[in-house]
Amino acid sequence: MDNRLLTREQIAKRIAEDLTDGDIVNLGIGIPVLVSNFVADNAEVLYHSEQGVLGMGSLAKPGEEDPDLVNASKLPVTLVPGGSFCHHADSFAMTRGKHIDVAVLGGMQVSEKGDLANWKVKGAKLGSIGGAMDIAIGVKKLFIAMTHLSKKGEFKIVKELDYPVTALKCVTRIFTDMAVIDVTQEGLVLKEIAAGLSVEEVQKATEPRLIISSDLKEIPV
Amino acid sequence: MINKLVDSMEEAVADITTGSTVLMGGFGGSGVPEQLISSLFYQGSNKLIGVSNNCGYFEEGLAKLIKYDRLSKIICSFPLMKESYIFIEKYMEGKIDLELVPQGTLAERIRAGGSGIEAFYTPTGAGTEIAQGKEVKEFDGITCVLEKAIKGDFAFIKAKKADRWGNLVYNKSGRNFNPIMAMAAKVTIAEVDEIVEVGELDPESIVTPGIFVQRVVKRREQ
Repeated sequence: MDNRLLTREQIAKRIAEDLTDGDIVNLGIGIPVLVSNFVADNAEVLYHSEQGVLGMGSLAKPGEEDPDLVNASKLPVTLVPGGSFCHHADSFAMTRGKHIDVAVLGGMQVSEKGDLANWKVKGAKLGSIGGAMDIAIGVKKLFIAMTHLSKKGEFKIVKELDYPVTALKCVTRIFTDMAVIDVTQEGLVLKEIAAGLSVEEVQKATEPRLIISSDLKEIPV
Repeated sequence: MINKLVDSMEEAVADITTGSTVLMGGFGGSGVPEQLISSLFYQGSNKLIGVSNNCGYFEEGLAKLIKYDRLSKIICSFPLMKESYIFIEKYMEGKIDLELVPQGTLAERIRAGGSGIEAFYTPTGAGTEIAQGKEVKEFDGITCVLEKAIKGDFAFIKAKKADRWGNLVYNKSGRNFNPIMAMAAKVTIAEVDEIVEVGELDPESIVTPGIFVQRVVKRREQ
């Protein structure tokens, strides 16, 4: 393991810096769910969970669990004061209807056009969609949190998806263990890079050509 | 007098017939009408079409119906998870059909089914395998997929409190699919923790008005 690469927690911490006071946020499973641990205490960020919770709090402490109050990973959670419940169709009206400011989801592949694949492995007979397709097309900003390369060392940031599509032209920003990359009309823009890595190393791990931002920064950790 | 109270789970599910479409509320383990699902197993109907977000956990409830080949098809959004190993095994063996639906589309198809809307266009699934074989149309530059309503012969739902008119309130995120499934079936059966007198539920807080509910049955003490 190259210790210049960001850990899952460091990726989550970097994403948290892009959330602002007042944002309504949906976090997917995996690295995304870690993001809430790094949001500043004085920022009022409201979490939406797909099964009809707006204002989801932290995980429930032992003894405080209610099996009827769970997150999207089916773990017992709490509700913040002012939080509310709704049924599933209203919950997805929030996601599909552009009411959610930011969603953070995991990714298997992202294309240079911002197409996302994250629900089924290439060639698999079965996958779980859950809320991913509705969330991907419906939020104002879609952040993807993932490793830059697959475990086998394959590109995950690609010219064209060859995994099953979740949604087309939906990704706003990609956060990996190597870099922060924006999806723009012109192409993928390398905005930030992990300490100790060179632009050439990030480009080598990325199939499409990267546009290097004029104010390229090191990712703060 | 309007009285939708039924004495037992067995009586509540007695008239379900082979080939029926049964909507089952719940998300993970929250808001699941587990005693109704369990009663359906003993009731004996088969070739059922199930509609549920998940495909059952371990070997009880929906998983048990699948294990004993009582469902010919399931319509769901999240079939692949390690706790659903019974479904995965049966699906791979070709013993059960799957209609995989994005979760928001599943909810909206059910809501439409209960609302007299036969079909609708949604951007969810455009450009994906979900759109295969469906009509696709552009509105204001947004590509949308035509999705059809889902209607049930029966709906099993879980609520916290009910009165004999079928007015319902829920508990927290145990609400999930239950209110919309209540609207979308010919016969909706509510499994509830508590039955109260008509007039006791705050009219501003009733989530499912009794018009959508045909039977109410109190859960057995565990």
